[in-house]
Amino acid sequence: MFRLPVSKMDEFFGAIAAAQTLYLPADGKDGKASYVKWESGIALSKALNTVRSAKDFFFPQTTNLCDFNVNGKNIEIIDNRTESEDFVVFGVRACDARSFTILDKVFLAEPVDSYYATRREHGTVITMACTAPEENCFCNVFGIDAANPEGDAACWLTENYLYINPITEKGRKFIETVKGLLEECDSAEVDAQKAATKEILDRLPFANVNTDYFRKNTLLDIFNSDKWAKLSESCLACGTCTFVCPTCQCYDIKDYDTGHGVKRYRTWDSCMYSDFTKMAAANSRTTQLQRFRQRFMHKLVYFPDNNEGEFGCVGCGRCLSRCPISMNIIKVIKNFGEEE
Amino acid sequence: MRSETLIPRIGVVTDIRQDTPDVKTFRVVGTDGNKLFEHIPGQCAMLSIPGVGEGMFSITSSPTNREFMEFSIKKCGCLTSWLHMMDVGQQITVRGPYGNGFPVESDFKGKNLLFIAGGIGLAPLRSVINYVRDNRANYGSVQIIYGSRSMDDLVDYKEIIDEWMKDDGIEVNLTIDREQEGWDGHVGFVPNYVKELNPDVSKTVVMCGPPIMIKFTLAGLKELGFIETQVFTTMELRMKCAIGKCGRCNIGNKYVCKDGPVFRFDQLDLLPNEY
Amino acid sequence: MQEQTVKRALELLADGTVNRVLGWKTGEFAYDTTPAVFTSAEEVEKSFIYNDFCGPNLSKYLIKESRKEGKILVFLKPCDTYSFNQLCKEHRLIRENIYVIGVPCTGKVSAEKIKSSGIKGITGMESDGENVTVHTLYGDSTVKKSDAMGAKCSTCKSKKHVAFDELIGEDGEVNNDNARFEMVEKLEAMSADERYEFWRGELSKCIRCNACRNVCPACSCENCVFDNPESGIQQRAAVNSFEENMFHLIRAFHVAGRCTDCGECSRVCPQNIPLHLLNRKYIKDINEFYGDYQAGADLDTRPPLNAYTFDDCEPSIVYKKGGNE
Repeated sequence: MFRLPVSKMDEFFGAIAAAQTLYLPADGKDGKASYVKWESGIALSKALNTVRSAKDFFFPQTTNLCDFNVNGKNIEIIDNRTESEDFVVFGVRACDARSFTILDKVFLAEPVDSYYATRREHGTVITMACTAPEENCFCNVFGIDAANPEGDAACWLTENYLYINPITEKGRKFIETVKGLLEECDSAEVDAQKAATKEILDRLPFANVNTDYFRKNTLLDIFNSDKWAKLSESCLACGTCTFVCPTCQCYDIKDYDTGHGVKRYRTWDSCMYSDFTKMAAANSRTTQLQRFRQRFMHKLVYFPDNNEGEFGCVGCGRCLSRCPISMNIIKVIKNFGEEE
Repeated sequence: MRSETLIPRIGVVTDIRQDTPDVKTFRVVGTDGNKLFEHIPGQCAMLSIPGVGEGMFSITSSPTNREFMEFSIKKCGCLTSWLHMMDVGQQITVRGPYGNGFPVESDFKGKNLLFIAGGIGLAPLRSVINYVRDNRANYGSVQIIYGSRSMDDLVDYKEIIDEWMKDDGIEVNLTIDREQEGWDGHVGFVPNYVKELNPDVSKTVVMCGPPIMIKFTLAGLKELGFIETQVFTTMELRMKCAIGKCGRCNIGNKYVCKDGPVFRFDQLDLLPNEY
Repeated sequence: MQEQTVKRALELLADGTVNRVLGWKTGEFAYDTTPAVFTSAEEVEKSFIYNDFCGPNLSKYLIKESRKEGKILVFLKPCDTYSFNQLCKEHRLIRENIYVIGVPCTGKVSAEKIKSSGIKGITGMESDGENVTVHTLYGDSTVKKSDAMGAKCSTCKSKKHVAFDELIGEDGEVNNDNARFEMVEKLEAMSADERYEFWRGELSKCIRCNACRNVCPACSCENCVFDNPESGIQQRAAVNSFEENMFHLIRAFHVAGRCTDCGECSRVCPQNIPLHLLNRKYIKDINEFYGDYQAGADLDTRPPLNAYTFDDCEPSIVYKKGGNE
């Protein structure tokens, strides 16, 4: 365990940024936190979390896959991929840190997605323990400890110190680059913070939400439940939940003819959208009930089925606070759980 | 830089055959004149015209063809209309092969095979049929029941007449939906024809066609004593990545592009009916 | 208020006037109410709620609901009735299948607004009309209700119901004295570059979730231009800043003269983009060019953009009014 006086935070960020690009949550004009590239003078946000998740760093909203030049009957394919530069994401919360390992299971499974992989290889994730979780937090339901986050290195911010503990090889390498500013220390203050946070985590409103229903029942029984009709009734069919979700990874591939060449893009897409499964001749999901059900079935049943029981949700609470009509995964889980 | 399956390769269209009024078969090779890649019957490839779109198509030629690949494509949307407008020599982009393919080296081996197809549904089966013809000793009897709206809509009609029907040990039963001048074969829908022909229940069935045909044929087969574990089909859903990541063809815990497109009906019974 | 609304809902269900009730359903924390259709007395008694936290405008749901079997009861706040009228005017609703009860509104509390004032971990809220008591994981606090309302309500244009079959409580008055164009004026006073800068800053946050469009009662096209697969821009996230800008500008133009300024677009935006300012700019322009007009205020007045008069301003006035000459 290492530490650094809070007064030296700027110097610390400066030292990181001197070697590689540093991103951290900072408050915007609207008072909401978002990840920004650190420059001198930018302060770490005190907000619990960013409005958008941190998935952008590895799976951005849009990615240019490749370009084409079309000339008469001939096509030229331009592979314009570049190796990602090294970067550090600082201040990632435990929920988002876990989301990366969930995304890994999709993008790093064979055949590996090279766009994601290069960012993942070159990105160092420095997490920050939570001290004041909010009512919408339920990461503990998925076995995540907000007081002791994963990542390449984890941090704890106390009144006077920033504590940092490397976890992976990449984390240890990171520590080396800023070692001059750090002092070795014991973990007494961190342990005290963990204990205090745990006390709060235990009394969170959703601390004991039970997901057993989705383990005990069969895929088809859950799928065919008549509860979906009521739950999806007022869904606006927007993609807010999908786009703020750190684990949603569906995408679309689209060509854009610039007039002097074709750019092939990948963009985030949402299974909540009416044309998500639309083909020239047919559409396999024609109602919002079906599309709403798909999103939750994927997170609570299909993904766990394929990944040793791990749910496709990290309990970050973003969909709870952002859904325009306040329908969300907690309401779905609780509604099914009520049957027990 | 590691290889990236989403970045396609260039294919050249070397031959175009008008099969039916709305189906054309395209012959494709790489820019070096050789076959782009090897595949298993039933596997698919993503074809694209940059700026128009990309789509998943079944490779309809047999892997035993060492020279080229073929794709039989029905005109029904934006991309397929564009493909139908192509001339020989046009370049397209190709990536693949994708999907599991038919179990030609396992479940099918040594079996008597019954192929049932409707309309363009013959396209994905053509690959298997020709593979079986080229490895005849490995399989038992072959029966093909194929129907379409009219005589003109029978895909690969020439190949069926000139080659398949002349092979020993292959029984071909053709049918069209309605009476037509110049047609002296069977008239009627595929499901009824299957029941009429009353195929032996020992056969392994490979079926592809419009959903309504599949539904009634499967019911008919069950009446005849067939069970779901001996009936295979291949599915079509919207796909973008073809590698089980983009989420579009996800049904239940399966991705049709990666875990399919070939499924046995007992496997489909465990999935939500969203196809 | 809660008691009266529930009572009327139960009565109208019981006497067969309606077979369903469209209202708000209780959530987990008082502030997260969800629009819902109640089909039985039990459902209404169990989870129907009407209080200061029922922000969502229910009018748009009636497009779908009024096409179903039987009559539906809907509770509309004053501003919601403008959307309702506008939808009727555009022949989007089957009016005879709807029974409207106008419910009074003194402004809805926005949990977002309260959270942005630094109050975290809200587990419950009560409002007495003046003050909001907020229960949190870290203790209770009290906020003045006027400080707890979102943009939608802090510049309320009317407390008067413009459409209803019956009213609960006293009807209010149109409030012309609102300051809703204040920010628009500030933007107008900026240089074109400053304004562009402002909007790029806001619109670059857009994630194209379509929440603004999908919640908007004026966006009632059966098939939106942005859902046209041939357009190359349908539904999914924007690929560049041009798309980000154009989506919102096209949408604002498309609802110009029909937007009632219900404020739902800004309420639902997960990125806190003040989208209502685009619409207000058009409302302000329309008022100035063609005379004061409030979309949805009645069923008869011809919308200025659909009516021609000899007094209409010349298109060139657009340049005089602040465009780059």
